[in-house]
Amino acid sequence: MALYSEKVMEHFRHPRNVGVIEDASGVGEVGNAKCGDIMKMYLKIEDDTVVDAKFETFGCGSAIASSSMATELIIGKPLSDVAKLTNKAVAEALDGLPAYKMHCSVLAEEAIQSALEDYYGKHPEKRPQA
Amino acid sequence: MKIYADNAATTKMSPAAIRAMMSCLEETYGNPSSLYALGQEAKETLEKARAAIAAVINAEPQEIIITSGGSEADNQALRSAALAGKKKGKTHLISTAFEHHAVLHTLKKLEDEGFAVTLLPVHENGLVRLEEVAAAIREDTCLVSVMTANNEIGTVQPIGEIGALCREKGVTFHTDAVQAVGHLPLDVKAQQIDMLSASAHKFHGPKGVGFLYVRKGVPLTNLIEGGAQERGKRAGTENVAAAVSMAAALKETAGSMAETEARLRPLRDRLIAGLGEIPHSALNGDAVHRLPGNVNFCFEGIEGESLLLLLDDRGICASSGSACTSGSLDPSHVLLAIGRVHDVAHGSLRLTLGEDATEEQVDYIIQNVKEVVEYLRSFSPIWRDLTSGKAAFIL
Ligand SMILES: Cc1ncc(COP(=O)(O)O)c(C=O)c1O
Ligand SMILES: [Zn+2]
Repeated sequence: MALYSEKVMEHFRHPRNVGVIEDASGVGEVGNAKCGDIMKMYLKIEDDTVVDAKFETFGCGSAIASSSMATELIIGKPLSDVAKLTNKAVAEALDGLPAYKMHCSVLAEEAIQSALEDYYGKHPEKRPQA
Repeated sequence: MKIYADNAATTKMSPAAIRAMMSCLEETYGNPSSLYALGQEAKETLEKARAAIAAVINAEPQEIIITSGGSEADNQALRSAALAGKKKGKTHLISTAFEHHAVLHTLKKLEDEGFAVTLLPVHENGLVRLEEVAAAIREDTCLVSVMTANNEIGTVQPIGEIGALCREKGVTFHTDAVQAVGHLPLDVKAQQIDMLSASAHKFHGPKGVGFLYVRKGVPLTNLIEGGAQERGKRAGTENVAAAVSMAAALKETAGSMAETEARLRPLRDRLIAGLGEIPHSALNGDAVHRLPGNVNFCFEGIEGESLLLLLDDRGICASSGSACTSGSLDPSHVLLAIGRVHDVAHGSLRLTLGEDATEEQVDYIIQNVKEVVEYLRSFSPIWRDLTSGKAAFIL
């Protein structure tokens, strides 16, 4: 029995979409150094669609794997879908996380929502009407 | 390359310890309390083991209580001293901020039960100051408990001096020597120790067995009531095979203590020097007063668990005091006690070398830690903020 699923370890060892988008449409940073996980998410948005996403993460194995998986789940997706991404979906896509590590996948969800907020802040006209 | 560099967590059983255990399980399976020869043979075997253990720390055999390990020994030592103190109206206990949880959590319980607890600071170098122990002792102090060597940062405390002070003041002195027994010279008489805890799996014995040394005349309270085993101070049919195995392991490890230390110290210092070349890193704990095989570093801008996982991929077993490795939200209380802030404490790495460590292994560790730290920093948002000047370096 390993600490993490094969899928988590695969994403942790070979994280997708690591890095920075210099001219990002929206950037979100969540977590803090006190609790031990920080995630920064960069989104490139065109035609109400996430055309690219990159991340930087300071954190444990599940934080890095969750960031990686989350970017894969949103690239190419319309913002309406991206807004609905949950940490549960991220964790499920990783074949599960240990219960005490679920908070790390919450950060991925929050980082994306925060980047979306940043984007809507700059482009209020794009914000979906409630 | 496969390198087990987590000997503070546990050690591999020595062949002698395994042989001793197997032969006991196969041949000496009688109950030591039984009067027929098979039982008495088991009793004799057990008492020989007890005497061998006692000899290593210059105690008398009857001063050794065999327990289920270090945690039980710590619990029993603290509870015994607290209860004995209370009978005399003394309800103040002194310990340190960086003890093992077996001590700290027991003290917390005792505090809930009405005892007053003073936890002494251990300062930046991870060392208790004798004059602060002296200043903390009150009229109603019934116990001073200071660990011999810390399990995370390996700092070795002035146990003999504290022992002398406590003896002079008439206060019971306990030391959690789990990380020191078999690795550092200990002499309970010369160091004036009243109680001492040890655990076999830290010196190549089996897990689930340890001992508590209690100086003759120091009152002991049972944690486990029942039969009259262990002078009536710990009930339950003795785990003779484990005790014998512990004795065999201890004889061997302690027997080569001086050579091991002479071999390990330079390797440890080589490792410290190598890791110290990593920018924005720092050694945790005093460089001199530390266990011969212990290295503990903080690397700014990275998190410990991911460091451990990547080192595991490269064949290196190590440990960290980051929150994510402990399953709690706080990093190691030891690192916080020596003044490391959260941001930095999350990026800690403990490497504890075994007797068989080689220079080649040390160089391999240095090379790989350097590579992994650099890799993790390459996509750390904290590191970006530090290197871009947005945040100030701590280390
Ligand atoms: C300093 C110290 N005290 C106590 C213990 C607990 O010992 P055991 O695991 O045998 O209960 C340990 C082991 O981790 C330790 O390092
Ligand atoms: Zn985490």
